[in-house]
Amino acid sequence: MPVLKVRGLTKRYGDTEVVRGLDLDVRRGECFGLLGPNGAGKTTTLRLLLGLIEPDAGSIELAGIAVPQHAREARMKVGVVPQMDNLDPDFSVRENLLAYGRYFGMDKAAIAARLPELLEFAGLANKADAQIAQLSGGMKRRLTLARALVHDPDILFLDEPTTGLDPQARHLIWQGLRRLIADGKTIVLTTHFMEEAERLTDRLAILDHGRLVAEGAPRALIESHIEPAVVEVYGEGLDAWRRDHAGGVCQRSETVGETLFCYTCNAEQVIDALKRAPTLRYLHRPSNLEDVFLKLTGRDLRD
Amino acid sequence: MRSNLRLPRLSWRFIPVWQRNYLVWKKLAIPSILGNLADPMLYMLGLGYGLGSLLPDVGGMPYLTFLAAGTVAYSTMNAATFEVLYSSFSRMHVQRTWDAIMNAPLTLDDVMLGELTWAVAKSLLSGVAILAVIWGLGLYGNFWMTLWIIPVVALVGFCFGGLGLVMNAVSPSYDFFLYYFSLVITPMVLLCGVFFPVSQLPLPVQAVSAWLPLTHAIDLARPLVVGIVPGNIALHVVALLIYGSLGYVIALALTRRRLLK
Repeated sequence: MPVLKVRGLTKRYGDTEVVRGLDLDVRRGECFGLLGPNGAGKTTTLRLLLGLIEPDAGSIELAGIAVPQHAREARMKVGVVPQMDNLDPDFSVRENLLAYGRYFGMDKAAIAARLPELLEFAGLANKADAQIAQLSGGMKRRLTLARALVHDPDILFLDEPTTGLDPQARHLIWQGLRRLIADGKTIVLTTHFMEEAERLTDRLAILDHGRLVAEGAPRALIESHIEPAVVEVYGEGLDAWRRDHAGGVCQRSETVGETLFCYTCNAEQVIDALKRAPTLRYLHRPSNLEDVFLKLTGRDLRD
Repeated sequence: MRSNLRLPRLSWRFIPVWQRNYLVWKKLAIPSILGNLADPMLYMLGLGYGLGSLLPDVGGMPYLTFLAAGTVAYSTMNAATFEVLYSSFSRMHVQRTWDAIMNAPLTLDDVMLGELTWAVAKSLLSGVAILAVIWGLGLYGNFWMTLWIIPVVALVGFCFGGLGLVMNAVSPSYDFFLYYFSLVITPMVLLCGVFFPVSQLPLPVQAVSAWLPLTHAIDLARPLVVGIVPGNIALHVVALLIYGSLGYVIALALTRRRLLK
């Protein structure tokens, strides 16, 4: 029984189809990633799932509730961390949580009972009375995450939860999310950080131009879409080496700017060949999700 | 597109939105009250005594009384208008508070009803404060009748709250609101009998004035100050209700188009 079941979801703006016939199944207790370049339709998909906008076609079932028909009931079961911080700047940390709990119909005592746990989770126990303007970017994100948990939902939607954070703050958010996954929450997150997706998600879907182009566990996607190793080659004489040798040792190769990406099942062979070209420099690494992503969605700049 | 035009679905979930605004206001209640009231009070007393001493009775009453009755309606209109223009716009557009609320089980219908009812509350505060001055200076005919001014003030707040939300829905920035003040609010203040009787205006202008919401507000408030039962009560009440409701419905459709796309 999936927690989220999406079939044929379609959204048009004028002549542009932003989401095109999307099918998704998210299972209980899993962390599901929606990856895609800017404009792939990730945020629109999340807004559709919450029933904030109406689809042109398709069906959504969230926690067993039809959306958008019963979006209000469905949203009772979901916590949302939006892309842009929209904490209430007129309130302190504590008051933000209190006010937000009321929107879910909780009374003051019920919210107050949850406050210590939420503040601890956000690492803001000693900042309960701080004003929002006094918080760092990472603290604001953590508070937004705690706010999404105020009504103890089973499902969490996070729209690019770590965009704009420094590495320390990002790791703290990841830590928090792993804790929630361990607690059995179901998480749906959008991101364009491959590392985030690889570290956190059990399964992910790659979206491009509103369409699902691949779906699966991060490791499985890497194994099925791409050769196991990558050798990045650059330096003097690259053009000649590509012409004379690349075809022989690389299963697949691609030039981006001044670097040749050589995808291979036998990196030794590539490195041997490279040793005979001393002017070239190279980097040998295992292939990763970013390679899959770039293969499937291309290297064009999306603005 | 059609879903934007759907009629409002009202629910009690607007209450936490009202409450949120109340809690923020409470933090700055004293400066907020002074800011809201100083201006109309100064005009009323300054013009009322200064200009009033030069004038014979206006509309059958001392000028200060005439002006005080107009000021009740005028300051109420301003309180509601400022709230749903500048403050609502901050919450909707600048702070994105509405977006955050709509991730909870509230709809835009609820959020905007919360804003509208909060504007009514601010109007009540403003209107009742002017009423208190009227009581204090003994400018009324019949004390018990002046109590009817309280529901009138709420109604006026509802009317201008609804209308102002339409401006909020279409405004790209704070600057845009100046048009509304220059083209709608200020002309209305001059045409609807706040400072002088509408009967002083040329007939065609009087005909226009009769349609304006502030005229309906003043036609209810002024007799109540003097101690007379207003004429055409149903007409004025219904007119204010229609203006406010239409404003809310249109504003909701426009704001759905703005935010929920």
